[in-house]
Amino acid sequence: MTHTPLHLVAALEGAGWHPAAWREPGARPRELLTARYWVDLAAEAERGLLDAVTIEDALQLQSEDPFAPDDRTDRVRGRLDAVLLAARVAPTTRHLGFLPTAVTTHTEPFHLSKAVATLDHVSTGRAGVRVQVAVRADTAGHFGRREVPTVSRDRHDDPEVQRFVADQFDEAAEYVEVLRRLWDSWEDDAEIRDAATGRFVDVDKLHHVDFEGRSFSVRGPSITPRPPQGQPVVAALGHAEVPWRLIGRSADLGFVTPTDAADAARLVAAVRSEQADAGRAEETVHVFGDLVVALDEDEATARERLQRLDEWAGVAFTSDAHVFTGTPSQLADLLGEWQQAGLTGFRLRPATLPHDLEQITRGLVPELQRRGLFRTGYEADTLRGLLGLGRPANRYAAQPTNA
Amino acid sequence: MPKQIHLAAHFPGVNNTTVWSDPASGSHIEFDSFREFAQIAEAGKLDFVFLAEGLRLREQNDRIYDLDVVGRPDTFTVLAALAAVTERIGLTGTINSTFNEPYEVARQFATLDHLSDGRAAWNVVTSWDAFTGENFRRGGFLAQADRYDRARSFLQTALELFDSWRGDEVVADKDRGTFLADPHPGAFAHRDAFFDIAGQFDVPRSPQGRPVVFQAGDSDEGRDFAAAAADVIFSRHSTLEAGQAFYADVKGRLPRFGRTREELLIMPAATFVLGDTEDEAAELAHEVRMAQVSPATAVAFLEQLWNRDLSDHDPDGPLPSVDPVAGENTIARGRASVRMHRDPVATAHEWRAKAEAEGLTSRELIVEVTGRQSFIGTPATVAATIDEFVQADASDGFVLAPHITPGGLAPFVEQVVPLLQERGVFRTDYEGTTLREHLGLPLRQPGGAAAAAS
Repeated sequence: MTHTPLHLVAALEGAGWHPAAWREPGARPRELLTARYWVDLAAEAERGLLDAVTIEDALQLQSEDPFAPDDRTDRVRGRLDAVLLAARVAPTTRHLGFLPTAVTTHTEPFHLSKAVATLDHVSTGRAGVRVQVAVRADTAGHFGRREVPTVSRDRHDDPEVQRFVADQFDEAAEYVEVLRRLWDSWEDDAEIRDAATGRFVDVDKLHHVDFEGRSFSVRGPSITPRPPQGQPVVAALGHAEVPWRLIGRSADLGFVTPTDAADAARLVAAVRSEQADAGRAEETVHVFGDLVVALDEDEATARERLQRLDEWAGVAFTSDAHVFTGTPSQLADLLGEWQQAGLTGFRLRPATLPHDLEQITRGLVPELQRRGLFRTGYEADTLRGLLGLGRPANRYAAQPTNA
Repeated sequence: MPKQIHLAAHFPGVNNTTVWSDPASGSHIEFDSFREFAQIAEAGKLDFVFLAEGLRLREQNDRIYDLDVVGRPDTFTVLAALAAVTERIGLTGTINSTFNEPYEVARQFATLDHLSDGRAAWNVVTSWDAFTGENFRRGGFLAQADRYDRARSFLQTALELFDSWRGDEVVADKDRGTFLADPHPGAFAHRDAFFDIAGQFDVPRSPQGRPVVFQAGDSDEGRDFAAAAADVIFSRHSTLEAGQAFYADVKGRLPRFGRTREELLIMPAATFVLGDTEDEAAELAHEVRMAQVSPATAVAFLEQLWNRDLSDHDPDGPLPSVDPVAGENTIARGRASVRMHRDPVATAHEWRAKAEAEGLTSRELIVEVTGRQSFIGTPATVAATIDEFVQADASDGFVLAPHITPGGLAPFVEQVVPLLQERGVFRTDYEGTTLREHLGLPLRQPGGAAAAAS
């Protein structure tokens, strides 16, 4: 029986995804703002032949309440811009892809487009971006440019809030369209350096993108030539229909949060449906399952460790994603099972860093390799290559005509 | 003890200083070019590398201007990547205050400062044009008169954000379970005509406290802006006399803002051409100038002053006999230099008089009048001249713009830097780790006070 290898992404966040992760003996909480900490994590991910790492970000301090700031002193607070962190780390690696998080709500697509294009240049083809909306009033207050309703758990079903959130996702889809057009706004061979005519570029191969959306317009072209991958990888996380629609319309890679194999099948079907509705049924859109993982060589140790972390945190850990506690081998069983439900890969969120990342790269990966479910060497030099995505044609290039 | 010279390297830009047609000219986009350039500069112990920025491709006659290098990468992203392949050299990025928001720019610079262990610097520039604004969702533009007000407010807001963390908040005490000493760090509130923002900044205090702040404006208002808030002025006054006048003027403004002469450095841009003899250098310099001003480039420069289509004009003939079109410059867009022509008709008359007196063709005239300050000569004379300029208070050093990417700086580093070191006016190794230390600037304490010199 042959197996289809699955893809693995490690989700890097602070000292790990458990709120008490920073207190673990191996944690480096005083180094979270240093380059060497992230360089070490990326090197570990690359040692494990992972496809990519994501890097979390938001335009606000971390908080326990997803909708409002808190004043906790026992949690990691403070962070770095994820795109720049990826750019700092990328030159120290050779194969690993980078998917930093970027917020679409308060930022300029022109700036992000050239930043991700440049990340692709500095990593020679290993860049992508995970787009995220920002719906919190405190985040909006950092920019002061738009009025937002107060979004909270209690008001989650309020029509005004739902409409507002849907608007942010619609705007994100427009934003991604602008990113993509700007990445194509230079044809690959636009730079000609023709000494005879004195022309550096062929201006017929530079294109205005002339995007006119509901909330903004962008003229183009980009100031940055087309990135090595043509189109860097766009990813998004979704827990509900509205964000699944964004994945279906705009992303190459969607992250979903199944609770079990049946749920995984349901979520994959939901994303596929949105993908079809967006007219992209023929395109490759990966759907990866998100899992928080606490791993040790035996299950009891993993459970005890999670229990100790919960005691430190003062609360039992919960997450939007399924929390897996056990051995790498047990996790490999689960991933294999969920893969059968239609997921093409997984984004694993280490409960603690670097411990659970090392359990992934040194425990899970060899186990998956034994089962024929994971690569034994990097087979491509670009992130699109690792994900089996071709290099797309430029939407603005003249189509070759058939004689 | 003589003044110590500060030197920096400007990555060749999208203008006609850069000779892209030279066989040695490499990519302006691939990271390897930036890596090589920065590593050459660091081998020479230079203070910093400098990246410019332009947020819309230039156009002339409603077409993208294609005679110079076109296209460049994102400033922040390249500097963050350069932090990975260099260890000490400062990383200065030009970032526009018109098409950005303070919260985002502050977190990007604070991030860069963390990721480079204290080597970040921000050249604050302003923009005014609707042409560039068409690339941005915020769109719009500023009246030219408002742009310094917004820039001043933008910078002030960013400084408040940098200072919103004191630097002692993160304790990360594993045993006690205390990560933060302050439950509400990074608190800020700023309200004025341009920004009404409040909340908590999310990047803890970076190694330099504040990145080094550069300013490049030249107007009276720009000079005051620099005297009030900048650490370095990137100026264009690079001849001895003009440099001395500018230096005296700006340094003279500092006491009004409660600052000492040491707190603001003046570093003009300059190019250089080296030769084994003075004659050889002069000959090489002429070749470079002719390459920088191709026949097509000469016509393009004429069009920028004449503000009209001159595509049929013969660059090897005399200047156009018609006068420039008065009023707003509509021929060239996205180019700050056209604003330098304050009275195009008078300038055209001056150029015509000069061309007639010296028997110059259009192209030769453009070669003459568009030249930038250049140090041309043997390494010994170039080293002596630079030293003389600095000791005579025409500047505190220079931002060098080589005309070849990425290797054009190497001859300077190999041949001129050692002579400056022999003269005892340039470091033989980095003494500190941060850019503030390289520049002899004080670290900043929250609230803006300069820390006592250690």
